[in-house]
Amino acid sequence: MNLYEFQAKELISRFGIDIPRGRVAGTADDAERLARRLGFPRYAIKAQIHGGARGLAGGVRFAASPEEARTITQQLMSKPLVTSQTKASGERVRWVYVEEAFEVEREIFAAVTIERSSGEAVLLVSRDGGTAVEANPSVVARFPLILPAGGGDATGDFAGAARAAGFEGAMAARAAEVFANMARIVAGLDATLVEVNPLAVTTDGRLVALDARLTIDANAMFRHPALAALRAQIQIEEGDPKELAADRHQINYQRMEGTIGVVVNGAGLALATLDMLIDAGGKPANFMDIRTTATSMDIAYGIEVILDNPQTRVMLINIHGGGMQRCDTVAEGLAIALRRARRTVPLVVRFAGNNADFARVRLKGSGIAFSEATDLADAVTRVMALLAKEAA
Amino acid sequence: MAILVDADTRLMCQGLTGRAATYHVGRMIAYGTHVVAGVTPGKGGRTHLDVPVFDTVRAAKSATGANASMLFVPPEHAAKAIIEAIEAEIALVVAVTERVPVIDLVRVRQALRGSKTRLVGPNSQGVLSPGLAQAGVMTTVNAKAGSIGIASRSATLTSEVMAQTTALGLGQSTTVGVGGDPVHGLSLTDCLTLFLADPQTKGIVLIGEIGGSEEEEAAEFIKGAKPSKPIVALVAGRHAPEERRMGHAGAFASGGSGAAVPKIAALEAAGVLIAPNAAKAGTTMAHALAG
Repeated sequence: MNLYEFQAKELISRFGIDIPRGRVAGTADDAERLARRLGFPRYAIKAQIHGGARGLAGGVRFAASPEEARTITQQLMSKPLVTSQTKASGERVRWVYVEEAFEVEREIFAAVTIERSSGEAVLLVSRDGGTAVEANPSVVARFPLILPAGGGDATGDFAGAARAAGFEGAMAARAAEVFANMARIVAGLDATLVEVNPLAVTTDGRLVALDARLTIDANAMFRHPALAALRAQIQIEEGDPKELAADRHQINYQRMEGTIGVVVNGAGLALATLDMLIDAGGKPANFMDIRTTATSMDIAYGIEVILDNPQTRVMLINIHGGGMQRCDTVAEGLAIALRRARRTVPLVVRFAGNNADFARVRLKGSGIAFSEATDLADAVTRVMALLAKEAA
Repeated sequence: MAILVDADTRLMCQGLTGRAATYHVGRMIAYGTHVVAGVTPGKGGRTHLDVPVFDTVRAAKSATGANASMLFVPPEHAAKAIIEAIEAEIALVVAVTERVPVIDLVRVRQALRGSKTRLVGPNSQGVLSPGLAQAGVMTTVNAKAGSIGIASRSATLTSEVMAQTTALGLGQSTTVGVGGDPVHGLSLTDCLTLFLADPQTKGIVLIGEIGGSEEEEAAEFIKGAKPSKPIVALVAGRHAPEERRMGHAGAFASGGSGAAVPKIAALEAAGVLIAPNAAKAGTTMAHALAG
């Protein structure tokens, strides 16, 4: 789960990390009212989006008065914000964060993340923070952390990291404490990313997290009921309703732009199937991975989602039955979906592996017309032939 | 010979009395695997599937001489169960469990350092040495004892390549699912090392997909190892849209972009034969072995 800056800051401040005072606003009216109440000489008005590289894209602006805070908020919320880390259409700005603007002496970069290749938590620091770090990643120093097998917080060479970030004396001790606090968030919140960029040294000698990104492991929600509630809320507000409903039915579904509805079990086979369809000149209407835990009713739901998509002109069912998800369960789900569906499309079915023969018998027995593929390559050929016939 | 599991494997099952374990361990026993013990805290002294059940891994090991453990433990308790097996010095631990928190797996990796245990998974279909032993939940309908080692990040693509190599008369020495989680035990490179040292294995199929950098690491290893056996790679997700990046840390932590195309390029540069698509992994291997 990716959190917005305002959510991330609130959470990291509970771990002793200093953040600027600020409030989140959902409208321009709100922004003006909150700015007036906060009463700072200067405000940072920051678009709240998940993608980074926001500063360079004009998503962070400064206001000298509550009235100006209002105008800037209006502008920021009027259109999606496009940055180098968002998709091309950008991200809708639903909130802005109104906070105290600081006089900054120096900015550094600091992050704790889980590194896949080593299987370790690592602390990354650079003496150049803000947008400079992206221009010159070679200055990032890496400090492996130890998460004890028996439990407890991550430990590491925080003092060394402070030196690498260019701190000396008393400031170094305080920077080391900030890094240790960031490391505590990893175990404390099941965070897979805690990024503070920039961590600012203010002219009055404070270390303040001017921006923060936090990613929480969705698999660990059972340990964090409050975050689970927040996640549910974010999903309802921002998620694709079809994808969410599919997820509840044990199906990973993602809508795509094409015309070929694709039903596959397993993410790897699903990706490989899309690769083959696209290589053959086809355009998939969706990605679908039926998880091993899906029942025939779940599968029926997934197939109905594909038939409900008006773009779908042909459907490929490619199932390699495993020990947990057998072909006949999918055949049953398909039969249920087609009985209920308002419309149907030409079908290519390929069953292999566990209970493949039984599934074919079942499907034929339920009176469904389908083009039967012998293997993966044959399935793709049949789909393309059906599309060509339709177009003619 | 095979790798990881064979006729000498004496398997225990942690979480044996659960529903999924009952079904799958039943299949594993029917396949001929020596399942010698179960572990369910609080249920020691009973028998389940005609197998004696113990309260702890240590007790199960000392009573039965078990040398491998298969875990069917829910995600909340999976890491603790894996660490218990590591501390009891079980040589091989296979974890099927999906959705284990990644922090827990970082702790497991910490416990694995310097230990006597090899971990397969979690979120893995397991290990199968056709005709010898099954420590996993995969289908065995197209499995056949033979000469191809399969190391894979995808369960269904493993079944796919298993069926292809069986149809071509090659069969499999062992198939290993390394697991779909970002942090896991045995890597593709670890599997390569084992397969290269295994006399039964005449060719190796690597099955990769988008995400992480295991394929690049395998390519780096192959460059140095100068293998005498043909290696074929299938990498799924060439046409998958690129993942959205969050912040900068991901780009600085070691590892590539996670995209399929650079993985394929790295493997090809290391002399690996690339299967043009998922339907052709078997024939690509057959050509390599014939040529």
